[in-house]
Parts: sequence; structure tokens; C-alpha cells
Amino acid sequence: MSAPSAAFRPAAAMLSLSIREVSQALRDGRVSATELCRKCIDQIQRTHYLNAFITITGETAMEQAQRADNRIRTGKPLGPLDGIPFSVKDNFCTENIKTTCASKMLKGYVPPFSATVVQKLLDQGAVLVGKTNLDEFAMGAGSTDGVFGPIRNPWSYTTLYREQSTEDPDSDWAISGGSSGGSAAAVAALSSFLALGSDTGGSTRNPGSLCGVVALKPTYGLLSRHGLIPLVNSMDVPGIMTRSVHDAATVLRILQGRDERDSTTVQAPSTPPSLPEHFDIRDICVGIPKEYHAPGLSTDTLAQWSRVAAMFEQAGARVQEVSLPHTQHSIVCYHVLCCCEVASNMARFDGLEYGHRSTIDSSTDAMYATTRHEGFNNVVRRRILSGNYFLLKSNYERYFVKAQQMRRLITEDLKNVFRSGIDVLLTPTTLSDAARYTDFIQEDNRTRSAQEDVFTQPVNMAGLPAVTVPTALSRRGLPISLQLIGQTLQDWKLLTVAHWMEQQVNFPMIHLHGDSDERKLDRLVRERTHTIGS
Amino acid sequence: MWCMCVNRLYLFIAWALLSSLPQMVGVVGLEVHAQIQSTSKLFSGSHVRFLAPPNSLVSHFDASLPGTLPVLNRRCVEAAVLTGLALNCTINRKSLFDRKHYFYADMPAGYQITQQRVPIAVNGMLVYSHFEGRRRNQVVTKSVKIKQIQLEQDSGKSLHDDEQSQTLIDLNRAGVGLMELVMEPEMCCGEEAAAAVRELQLILQALGTCQANMAEGQLRVDANVSVHRPGEPLGVRTEVKNINSVRHLAKAIDYEIQRQMEVLQSAGKVLNETRAFDSKSGNTIPMRDKEGLQDYRFMPEPNLPPLFVYKSEASVPAGVDPAQVVVIDRLSAQLPELPSVKRTRLVETYGILQEHSFTLVNEDGLMDYFENVVQTTKAEPRKVIGWVIKELMGNLNSQNLKVSQSPISPCALAELINLAESGHISSSTAKQVFQEMWKAPEKTVGQIVKEQDLWMINDKEELQKICRRIVDSHPEEVQIIRRGNKKVLNKLMGEVQRETKGRTDPVQVRAILEKMVS
Repeated sequence: MSAPSAAFRPAAAMLSLSIREVSQALRDGRVSATELCRKCIDQIQRTHYLNAFITITGETAMEQAQRADNRIRTGKPLGPLDGIPFSVKDNFCTENIKTTCASKMLKGYVPPFSATVVQKLLDQGAVLVGKTNLDEFAMGAGSTDGVFGPIRNPWSYTTLYREQSTEDPDSDWAISGGSSGGSAAAVAALSSFLALGSDTGGSTRNPGSLCGVVALKPTYGLLSRHGLIPLVNSMDVPGIMTRSVHDAATVLRILQGRDERDSTTVQAPSTPPSLPEHFDIRDICVGIPKEYHAPGLSTDTLAQWSRVAAMFEQAGARVQEVSLPHTQHSIVCYHVLCCCEVASNMARFDGLEYGHRSTIDSSTDAMYATTRHEGFNNVVRRRILSGNYFLLKSNYERYFVKAQQMRRLITEDLKNVFRSGIDVLLTPTTLSDAARYTDFIQEDNRTRSAQEDVFTQPVNMAGLPAVTVPTALSRRGLPISLQLIGQTLQDWKLLTVAHWMEQQVNFPMIHLHGDSDERKLDRLVRERTHTIGS
Repeated sequence: MWCMCVNRLYLFIAWALLSSLPQMVGVVGLEVHAQIQSTSKLFSGSHVRFLAPPNSLVSHFDASLPGTLPVLNRRCVEAAVLTGLALNCTINRKSLFDRKHYFYADMPAGYQITQQRVPIAVNGMLVYSHFEGRRRNQVVTKSVKIKQIQLEQDSGKSLHDDEQSQTLIDLNRAGVGLMELVMEPEMCCGEEAAAAVRELQLILQALGTCQANMAEGQLRVDANVSVHRPGEPLGVRTEVKNINSVRHLAKAIDYEIQRQMEVLQSAGKVLNETRAFDSKSGNTIPMRDKEGLQDYRFMPEPNLPPLFVYKSEASVPAGVDPAQVVVIDRLSAQLPELPSVKRTRLVETYGILQEHSFTLVNEDGLMDYFENVVQTTKAEPRKVIGWVIKELMGNLNSQNLKVSQSPISPCALAELINLAESGHISSSTAKQVFQEMWKAPEKTVGQIVKEQDLWMINDKEELQKICRRIVDSHPEEVQIIRRGNKKVLNKLMGEVQRETKGRTDPVQVRAILEKMVS
């Protein structure tokens, strides 16, 4: 894959709009759904060096866009998402479209049904442009461990980053974060207005944060997991990635609610049609967990954290230090619980019903063993091995039960904080901005996951909603984001606060750098607030 | 040489010790898998049907397609609760699901969803009876504790094609709901176990929660067998599988008890193993052991919330639709008459023997048949039972037919009995007519009697004539009778019967004959 020869054309202006704006443009006839779809697919191809997509569904997307145009032309759009191009992490099942989980095990696998969340978007007229790249079976925090190769962070192809780099664009680039790196990169690089990720320990918020997009992990059970190929069933949630909080709220409203095919889903609380435009931040109490001053927190990130906390305070919100004493144990517990469920969930991949099957068939057992050895990468195999070890009868009490007990304590910590009157917690999303790929791969997946998930993971233990919002660029020109954590099923309130925060921080619009001199197209230096304001 | 002597000495001592100890006895516990009778599977909407084309009843979930999730079928839960209630179990208001892991080709997810930690029902009791005594007509009633009833998924089926050395998999059965019933090791022999299973079958069939046909695999019984001397700890047990009828169950258990006793008596050791019953030889043989070394790595099933059942409609929490949940009181009210209650009622209402009440309840449809006949005839129920058990069942059994296939309807039988009761035909003729009716069900009783001229000879003069002929043609016998040997009169009566093809009343004939010879 070669580095960019060109990034944006002026037409990309339309692509940088929010869903709200582009939806209006569609209704006003300023752009058609087919034009918009074509532009997105072109943009995917122009930014192919990011390796954000595994499958591009150009043909079916154009058909869907055509149908959207017919509806819009007759004045009968299905809703705010009609005609809006979106992409989906390749661990959500899509009917008649390959779904690989970035694994050899599922290469070429075509599911006969669509995940509930995907189907809901399609039913709203949204246009699926492609399936995005990830870590194999969503196991990772960098999007560097999938069979289709690593994903590059679009922000390492901006002028600011490239001007500081002495190396060529194919060797010096930052990771996208993971595991939903492809979805984050797709939204950041303006090739989709919306993308679905999945979040088990931070897999939506981490890449969202590093790629500078809004990434929402809803309350566990609020969105259906039917059709999401599981990592940890008791923590997985579909994640929503957009370029504005308002858009995330629009999508949440459409996706939330009980699904009879997922028994862990709950009835959604009633939500108004859109986030309140006028909202008094003085009614809000913001908690700052002291344990999140973790070792390794970068000065840039710390500075952002302080800056935004001060903004809340200056605006009249109550800002208060709180304690989550068991947080430090979260990662190790997560490791145990995750491995156990992985060992269990991966047991179905035996090469019999679907997926990769080894040619070694001397016995059923030999076929299983070689199929699984060939089909899974090292990361998956190690987690399966550990999980099976933890689940052995003689180890179950010592590992699984202990980890579950600790999980309860972590959940209690968070409940107690909210019970004491806190409305939202404000924390960093990641320790720092995105690492250079060459630095990142110096450590193995397990170490990286443990490092990267510290701020995001406890939320999954407790099933709470959390959203990450980009606040500024680091000195290297890469996004820094902060996370807001809310109470169970208070996703709407959480987004309301996030919306306020987003309006204060003035995060800049991305501005990709064309590296060939004759096509140095610097444009679109638009403040994000201009896009999403009013 | 010395060595051998010592060995012999030990053997002698061992023998001496053994022979002074109490007799060894068998200990039997059962694990029963009962396939739930429901239209769809335990966690998916696929239909449940025996003998459907291979892989025609397989949903995405049943094939373990990634991303699919289990959705509990309320009907299966209700079946388990009904069964639990009928077996006097405590129904757990909250039960949990677990994953049990092992790789097997016909279990596509690599795990089975079951209830290992907290099953739906516990601490029940099955009361059953069997027959003892020389004529096997003494009813002995016993009971066995039911440890638990758990809901779980059935597996698919593997078919091994040895010629082409390949395995074919049919997932139609994969995911069908099962109730696993665990009976405590409280039985002592094959006969007890067989009686317990027979009673269980009747209960399940009465409830409609399982068809309980062992040959079709709707009821699968594994026996845990060990032997010990009373008062000592239980011996090492083996698990006997591959039993497909109640009769084989008794045979397999008795063989296994005998085998273990012989092993111990020859100073051997019983291995903790799984053995298969071979119906041809009547033996049990060791199976390739996939169970022995398995660690199932149990884990809570994360995709199913705890299963709640409620005592009454009033105890259903607000916000939950009572129609959508399982309510115990509602199910209790639906419990049908159970076999033991039926039997007591039959004995009390009709004054029949207890052993006959078992036959009536054991045969599907026989009780209804019997009660139907009783209602349409004036004969005593105790007379009707003879017809039903001897004539009807005798004929059905010899032709391997079910009660519902009987060519003689309850009405027709009642008509026949009425004719015999009213003296229009003799009882021996009636039996003859029964066989004719069996062969020609399209004819009425009256037609058959008329065609074959079987009406009773009630005309006094005609009877006199016949008797006179017999007396005249048997002068020697008459002499003997006259000398005082009244027994020989029976021979003359027999001659009259033969002459009239049984169409006479023996009491009348005897009176006439006595008069003639005196």
C-alpha cells in the first residue's frame, strides 16, 4: 500500500458536513444521495492507504442511494439518516456481504442475516458503503493485529504531522487505535458520516479518541448485540462514531431499544427528538476520579483534562474530585473474564459449519486442531489458551470467581460516586495521543491492551455509558480526547453534557496533506464549531 | 513355590473373610434425558419433528452462526415446571444457565447450554410400583428421590460412514429442549429401575411434556451402577449407556451388577468407566471414554439473564406482563390426573384388582376403552375387566397392535357382553363371537350370532330331546352315575355342550340330566 498521492478535492467539502447538515442538504436538493455515496466511495479509494476498509460495497451502496433519492424526491424521506453513507466494523454481520472479523478463520464468510443495529440503519435509508478493518476478532487496542494489516491514523497524514516528520509517509505514521480503528479512520477521513464500532474494553472510544471523532459506548443492553460477533458477551456493546455529539444522539435514538433476539436488551427510556439547544451546565456536578492520574499520562493529555475541567468550573458546574478505589484492579480482572469468554465464544470455530477448514482431515480432532491453529492469530490463540486455563475446574474459583467479585466492587465504586450526587465523570480517554506504529509494535498485544484500556475498561465492567469527545491537537498534531462517563441508562444526559463540552473546545476539522507537490491542496480549514454550531 | 503358597493362603483368607460378610447388593441411580414435547426448540424458533429430512430444521442459532444469541422458549420452561410439579419438586423461582464445553461434531457451538449451578427444579420424589411374588401379582410400592431437573440443549446427530470414512452431521435435533432428571442411587436392581422409568414415562405422557418413547430417543436413560455390602461406602460406579427400551434397561443393570460382583469376588477392581449395553449379547462393554478425562470448563451463560418463575399472578412484578412469564399456580391448575391417582380411582370406583389397574393405565388408551365399555353395559366392571385384559389385550398383543387400532370398538364389545349377560348367548359362545368380530369388524354382533346360529337354546323341549339322545347313547356312563359316581355327569354335560356347540345353559342342562339319570 503506498502513501497518499492526493487527499482532498474541493468536492470533499460536502463530506465534512455533519449528518444534520448533510441531511438538510439532501432535502434541499443541494446534493443527491447518489452523488454523496459516490463521493464517499471515491474518498475511501483516495484514502485507501489508511487501510480502513476490508470490503467496499460500492454497487449495493449505489442502489440503496438511488432508492433514497427516489424517496427524497417524492418528499418521503424515512428520517434523518435517509441517504446518509455509513460504514460498519467487520465484526457485525451483514446479509450477503462478507464479514471477516479480520481473521483467516472467517475469510470469505458471508452471513445470511444482518445485525439488528445494521438492519435498523438500513431500514432508516442509510447507505452502507463498506465494512471496516479491525484487530482480529476485535482483540487489540491498536488495530495492528488483523489479518488485513494495520490501520493508519488519518491525522498522521495532515500537514501539521507531516511537516514535523522527517521520514516518508509509508514509514512514519500513527496507529488509529483499536480495535474499531477502521471505523474511526473512516469517520475521521470523511469517507463516512457515521460508523459502527464495538466496545468491550474501549474498542470504540480508544480509536475514536486517537482519530479525533465522537465515539459513544452506550449503556450495556440499550443496543442489541444480535449479529455482533462477540468478544465478551457480558461487556460488548455496539459503539457509535460520528463527527459530532448531536449526530451520535440522532443515531442512538434510532438504534436503542429492546430486541427480542437479544435477551439482554432493555427498554429504552423515552428520549426527546434531539439534544436540548439550551442547557444550563450549572445544574451539573462533574466528578474527577483521582485514580485516573495514572502513570504514563502524557503532559498534553493532562493539560487538556485540566483545561476542560476548568471550563466546566468557570461555566458554573460543580467540579469535584472523587475516588474509585478498585479501578486499579480492573484491567487484570478484565483480562481473566475476557479470556474466559473468548475461550468459550471461539469454540464454535471448528471448520465444520462455516469458515476456514484445514485440509488435514486424518481425524476429526486433528482437523479441529489444525483448523484452529491456521485460522486464528497468536493473540486469539493465547487468549483461548489462558481462558481455558482459568476455567479449569481446579482454577475456576481462583480466577473466574475472583474476577467476578472484583467486577462487582468496581461497579459498586462507580455506583457510589453517582449516588453521592455526581452526574458525569470527566477523565482522559487514553494516556496520550496516538503512538507511532513502529513504537507501538515494540510491545505485544497483551501489554498494549493493558496499557491502552486503563481509562476505558472499568466502564465496560459496570455497563455504564461513556462518550469520548476530541478537545485539541497535541504538539505532534494528533487528536487528544476526553471521556465523559454517565449513569446507567442516562445516555441522553451524558450526551447533553458532551454536547456542551464539544461546543466549548473548538476542535479543528481534519485537513489532510497531499504529499505530491503539484497537488498540495490545503483547504477546508474550518473550525469544527462552524460545522456543528447553531 | 513359596510364593504360590502365600498367594493361596491370602486367597483362602480373603475367601473366608468374604464369606462371613453380608451379601453384596447393587446400587442404581439414573440419569434421564427427556426430550421436551414442544413445537420449537429451546433457544430458537426452529421446529421440532422426528424423522424430518436431514438439516431441514436448523436455524442460524442452531448452526452456531457467529453473532446469534439464544432466546429462551417459554413453553419449554413450562414443560419443565409441570414435570417438576408432578414429581413433587421444589421449583426454583430463579434458575441460571451455564455453558458446558466440549468439542463434538454434532454440537456446533463447542458448548452445551445447561443448568449446572441452579436448575429449574430440585428435591423431588418419584413413587413407583412393581410386582413381586410367585404369580407376580403382589404390588410393592417404592420411591426414589429426584435430585434435580435441569433444562438443556440436545445435540445433533453424527452418522459415521465407515466405508468412505466420513462423518455426516444432522443438526435437526441440535438445540431441542431436554429435561435432564437425576435420580438418586436408591434402587437396587434392574427391575426397580425399569419400574421407575415406566412410571416416569406414564407421568410425562399424561403431562404431555415428553412423548417418552425410548426407541425414538425421546427418553434416554443412562444407569449409574455400583455394588457394595450394606453399611459400607458405595463402590466404584460405572455408567451404562446405549439402552433403548425399558426391558433392556433392566437387563443391562442386572448384567452390570452381576459383572461387578464377579470382578470383586475374583479380587479385581471395578473401573470408573462408561459402558455400552449390547442388546444382542445382553452384555455391557467398555466405551471409548470421552467423558472420563473431560474438564467441561463450566461458565455462566452470559447471553441469558436469570430465569424467573413466579408463584402466582399476584407475585409478578409491575411492568412485567403476566401472560409472558411462567406462573406456577397457573400450571398447577393445569396438572392432569396422574397415573397413580388414576389407578386408585379405578380400584375404588370399579372394584377391580390393583394389578389390573396397572394394566389399564400402562396401555395407552386402555383405561378409556374400559370405562367406555363399563358405561355402555349392564355387566359388572369386574366382568368387563376380564374381557378387556384377557380377550382384547391378548389379541392386540399377539398382533402387536395399539388399543386405538383395535378392530372391536368399546360399543361392540359392550353389546357382546350384554348378550352374554342377558343369557342370549352362552359365555363360551361369546368368546367365540369375539374372535369372529375381530376377523370381521364390519359385521355386528347380532349378524355374527345369527349367521352362525349361535343363539342360546332356551326351548325346554328341545333341550329335553338333546339330553335324552345323549343319555340314550351313553348307557355305561348312566350306569356308573346311578351307582353313585356323580362326577361322570360332567362327561354327559360335555357331550351336550359339544352337540349344541356351547349354546346351552350348563345349569339347566345339569338339572335335566340329573332328573333323567336318577
